[in-house]
Amino acid sequence: MNAEATILLALTLPLAGAVGIALAGRVSPNLREAVTLVTAAGLAVAVWSLLPVVMAGGRPGVTVTELLPGVEIAFSVEPLGMLFAALASGLWIVNSLYSIGYMRGNNEQHQTRFYVMFAISLAATMGVAFAGNLFTLFVFYEALTLSTYPLVSHKGDEKTVRSARVYLGILLTTSIGLFLPAIIWTYTVVGSGDFTPGGIIEGNIDGPAIGLLLGLFVFGIGKAAVMPVQRWLPAAMVAPTPVSALLHAVAVVKAGVFTVTKVIVYIFGVDFLLAAPSSDWLLYAAAFTIIAASVVALRQQNLKRLLAYSTIAQLSYVVMAAAVLKPLAEIGAALHMVAHAFGKITLFFAAGAIYVAAHKTEIHQLRGIGWRMPITMTAFTIGALSMIGVPPTGGFVSKWYILAGAFAAENYVALFTIILSTVLNAAYFLPIIYMAWFMPETEAAAATHGEAPWPAVLALAITAMLTIAFFFFHGAALELGRQVVENLS
Amino acid sequence: MNGLAQHLPALQVVVPMLVAAFVVLLRPRGLAWAACTVASVLAFGIAVELTQVVLGAGPVTYLMGSWPAPYGIELRVDALSALLLLVVTGASVFALVSGRQSLDAQIEVERQPYFFAAWLLALAGLSGIVVAADAFNIFVFMEISSLASYVLIAGGPDRRALPSVFKYLIMGTIGATFYLIGVGLIYMMTGTLNLADMEFRIHAVAEQNPILAAAGFITVGLALKAAIFPLHVWLPNAYTYAPHMATAFLAACSTKVSLYVLLRFDFFVFQENLAGHAFQFAAYLMPLALLGILVGSAVAMFEKNVKRMLAFSSVAQIGYMMLGASLVTVAGLTAGIVHIFNHALAKGTLFLAVAAFAMVAAGVRLDDLRGIARRMPWTFGAFIVAGLSLIGIPGTAGFVSKWYLISAAMELGPAGLPLVAVILISSLMAVVYIWRIVEVACFAKAADEGTSAVSVSPALITIMWFAALANIYFGLVPELPLTLSGAAAAELLDHLP
Repeated sequence: MNAEATILLALTLPLAGAVGIALAGRVSPNLREAVTLVTAAGLAVAVWSLLPVVMAGGRPGVTVTELLPGVEIAFSVEPLGMLFAALASGLWIVNSLYSIGYMRGNNEQHQTRFYVMFAISLAATMGVAFAGNLFTLFVFYEALTLSTYPLVSHKGDEKTVRSARVYLGILLTTSIGLFLPAIIWTYTVVGSGDFTPGGIIEGNIDGPAIGLLLGLFVFGIGKAAVMPVQRWLPAAMVAPTPVSALLHAVAVVKAGVFTVTKVIVYIFGVDFLLAAPSSDWLLYAAAFTIIAASVVALRQQNLKRLLAYSTIAQLSYVVMAAAVLKPLAEIGAALHMVAHAFGKITLFFAAGAIYVAAHKTEIHQLRGIGWRMPITMTAFTIGALSMIGVPPTGGFVSKWYILAGAFAAENYVALFTIILSTVLNAAYFLPIIYMAWFMPETEAAAATHGEAPWPAVLALAITAMLTIAFFFFHGAALELGRQVVENLS
Repeated sequence: MNGLAQHLPALQVVVPMLVAAFVVLLRPRGLAWAACTVASVLAFGIAVELTQVVLGAGPVTYLMGSWPAPYGIELRVDALSALLLLVVTGASVFALVSGRQSLDAQIEVERQPYFFAAWLLALAGLSGIVVAADAFNIFVFMEISSLASYVLIAGGPDRRALPSVFKYLIMGTIGATFYLIGVGLIYMMTGTLNLADMEFRIHAVAEQNPILAAAGFITVGLALKAAIFPLHVWLPNAYTYAPHMATAFLAACSTKVSLYVLLRFDFFVFQENLAGHAFQFAAYLMPLALLGILVGSAVAMFEKNVKRMLAFSSVAQIGYMMLGASLVTVAGLTAGIVHIFNHALAKGTLFLAVAAFAMVAAGVRLDDLRGIARRMPWTFGAFIVAGLSLIGIPGTAGFVSKWYLISAAMELGPAGLPLVAVILISSLMAVVYIWRIVEVACFAKAADEGTSAVSVSPALITIMWFAALANIYFGLVPELPLTLSGAAAAELLDHLP
């Protein structure tokens, strides 16, 4: 099959899978889960089959339709999108495995709807990853927001609905109120919104307007959670944990930072932004978000909320790395998207496994839990070390490149932020690890649980291993990152 | 063109009007509805055919009885009229085909023939306004459509419709009278009623004050009919208490037809010929459009009756159309005109869904719709799709008009930024009022789950989904409405110096 057809297949396969899941859900849960897994595997095969093409320098693309004059629905696979799509599609398989264990172990309601919406969300994610221009990206960005709403509000009680309202409200407000005008502005002055190496803004907008447009983009892309538009992410934690794990640690939030990076690299152009002083604020905004979110994370009692604030900080790592505007830092941004995904999905898997097995959600309840759930807590420890950036975990690799980029740029704000946030990360993750392994259980009598259902445990073991494997084998991701910046100074 | 095809512009009006007279006699149950539906479908077919012709060969003119233009009655169909004809006849077909069950439930059997006769007269009147090329025939058709609309609105079982229709009648009559005064003044100064002729003769009029007064009267009168803020007060109650299907029909097209006449007069007749008219038009109407957008959306956010909520949303949407027109640029006019089409699609679908809700739920207040999504998943799905289109989510028809409108405002440079802000704020308000319904329908617990034994007819579900999918289709392939509105905008502006 040629690359163009594969792109379209990657977009339609999850949708077809969603239909299949809905139909199979009427027959039996086992068949339904089989359809989910087969769809996920099929999608991964399709997406990964594009990898050699892109690695060899190919940029397969396909234009579906011209909606308005100059405004097209078009897809084009470039290295960054390839990386994101490969990541999301690969982790969907693991996450589906985990979902089976979690949803059944928890006796959740409306499981068919859950799997259907999950598949649709993945289709939207693929659209974001492969979008060839701003308009297409926006279409799928909004589709991703809307298709995840039923997942966030899954439980349906009053508290959940209120949180889901915050989720939808912030994401739609920012995207319609800021992102859309930024896109239309771009189309109006440039006449196109195609993602082009080197950017398309140069010569069309100058002066302070550059900073303004950048602001519209960065804060309009609410999914990147740069403060002050981060509140939707903790709110989204009311969702079942598989949603938090794949969508709010990988697909949705990475769609945000991916879009920000893509806008910086392919719309503004790195060199152009470097020469535009009005865009400097982005670095400070991201740095502030990293520190502030880490400080807030320190004070969290609920494990999932802590992970959410940690995610906010880690997302801004990517934004800040992109805003350093040096090739090494851009590579670091790309690598960090992957490294953080592996680590954070492991942490969420572990948090969910703890909830399923022990019904514990608060940090102080975790004393001594390591000995009851050794695999889960080992995985948790690996994920936490990756967040801090300790070798041999994936988090070290990406931090290395970001630091190298910051040194190259002699950017001491970025350097200082990374160092301080590493300390903060350690300060909120290490006590949990210590508590889980070295402190005696307090409610020993009541707690007679072991590990969560095996699919969940298997899934978190896989992602924990991936977190370590990424330390040793990140050649492909590095090559893709290098291709993004190959024509930069 | 030859044979029957030649007479399409006349048939557009004649078919529903003749059938209307005949429908009154159809006493047996259901027959009147059938005849009315067939006539509507025919009218829609004629509109489609005329659109084809206009797209292929440009504007069509038709001389009644072959009398030459300024003396005889001229009918004229150009891109703008074709678009409106599609909207008017399409709305009628959708509401009728899907509405048998709802109408049977709301209109007593013995009064149905009269109701459907009024329906066809409204259809004939609205189509007549759109095809007529002279000011007086526009007035006559306006009166026909208005009187028929009063009957439609008052035809339902809700007694509260009567005071609202009385208000509508008073205000509608004032509007029509203003229009007539304006036309009279122009006739006095130029001696013609034909719009094209008027355009030339006004040019030669030395004393412009009466014409200026005429422009004022006509603009205000039509603004009243089109429910442009702050002359919209008749609209919310009229739409709320009308039979559901009549609301679906009228909400999709009736105010837009008055807006059409307003554009015709202001761009064809006045713009070129009156000193400063362009400025007056833009400078007075733009603030009103903006206020209408904001106030309409804001009220809709707090409205508890879903029909009233959608009616206030219509006030805001009319503001969008006016805003586009008041920019007096090709992009702006295109945006305004394409929104006529797209809003009709979205609002028509929404009202069809509301009609379906009303069949099963106790009423159409927000509280009545608790948990309705579980009981009526299909209807609710269509409601969401149309709601997203109203908000302007990409992939729906509503997005196309928003995109054009924002682009048109951005063309103005920094001066356009407040306009962009208003459009975006109002879009976000639309998110709020649509999502209020979604939350109630999905998550709230119903007080009396499953008491109603009524189920919605398959025809309604099918048509509703057809309309909902049309929202998506025209969001992805907006070529037809864009071509028509682009041509219409170019034609309107062609009359400017």
